[in-house]
Amino acid sequence: MTQVPSIAEEQLSTSLSSSKSVTLRIARFNPEHENERKFMEFTIPYEKWTTVLEAILEVKKHFDHSVAVRYSCRQATCGSCGMIINGKPRLACFTKISELDSDIVTVEPMNNFPIIRDLAVRFERLFDTHHKIKPYLIRDDSEITSNEKEFLQSPEELEQYIQFSNCIKCGLCNSACPTMATDSSFVGPQALAQAYRYVADSRDKGKDSRLKVIDDSHGIWRCHFAGSCSQVCPKGVDPAMGIQFLRGYLLGFRS
Amino acid sequence: MRESIIMKIHYGTALAAVALVAVHVLMRLTQSFAESLEYENVIANYQFLPYAGMLEIILILLSVHGFNGLRVILLELKQGRVYEKAVSYGCVAAMIGLIAYGSRTIIMVNMGIV
Repeated sequence: MTQVPSIAEEQLSTSLSSSKSVTLRIARFNPEHENERKFMEFTIPYEKWTTVLEAILEVKKHFDHSVAVRYSCRQATCGSCGMIINGKPRLACFTKISELDSDIVTVEPMNNFPIIRDLAVRFERLFDTHHKIKPYLIRDDSEITSNEKEFLQSPEELEQYIQFSNCIKCGLCNSACPTMATDSSFVGPQALAQAYRYVADSRDKGKDSRLKVIDDSHGIWRCHFAGSCSQVCPKGVDPAMGIQFLRGYLLGFRS
Repeated sequence: MRESIIMKIHYGTALAAVALVAVHVLMRLTQSFAESLEYENVIANYQFLPYAGMLEIILILLSVHGFNGLRVILLELKQGRVYEKAVSYGCVAAMIGLIAYGSRTIIMVNMGIV
């Protein structure tokens, strides 16, 4: 474990008048050159509004630019900065240090994802499974070519799936899922929630083909309903509920 | 077989087993525990065909449910085409073996071999 004692004053961008500071522990690991993960500690001043991502970027700016982290929008929209913060999967840009209520903030890469380096992980499996469930409207006609008007929906029909369309593909649900930890072929809560999003859409006609994809030995039935996916979603999506609804279709309780 | 059909069987066998095992436990309560385990009483139970039939059904239900549960656990522990096929066929074979062994006892009693 490496302790970097204080911030370099000449390069300081965060005000030193900040009354509080936090110890940021960053997991460092390069699978190409190292066998095990180690932690580096940095003392970072923070304000009430400072996010974990901002603290990590301070580290990159002043202490160690080699810390690998993926980020983009900084406003919980792109889903890039998912990581384990103090043991729980969260978005770094959406987590304020002051809200963690701890003098030590530990950041690690998301579980159940192969690590590229440090905090950056590979998303191939998530995107593959997402693609597998056909995340688009399936029907023979289209709004563009048909003489019909646009595909209208009532507010009640929209209500059936609208929360599931808030998914930003950050992967936090997959990271929290206990089945994902052991079953490398499991579809995962993200893809299953998206499968429900389209199955429940009144404009979609691809229910049968989508249900066929998830009705597999590593599909929807491997969910243990731990509910961790719903707990960690930063956008308020409830994948566990979507999975139960999907099971309803497969068991014949819903049509 | 589609996984949803397997899981319907899994849930169905669980519910049916709970009901039949409850009947089985109630039947055992008609006599003391030690008495119900006496050799003559056990043989008598097997020779009483409606009860022996229910025991046979419980055996089938629990075997199907139990070995499918084991299959699911093993599939979650490790993945791989050969491994998964081995687990699936192994569990079916073990299930058939257990049902055959249990049925053999009932048949032997009713044939007067025991």
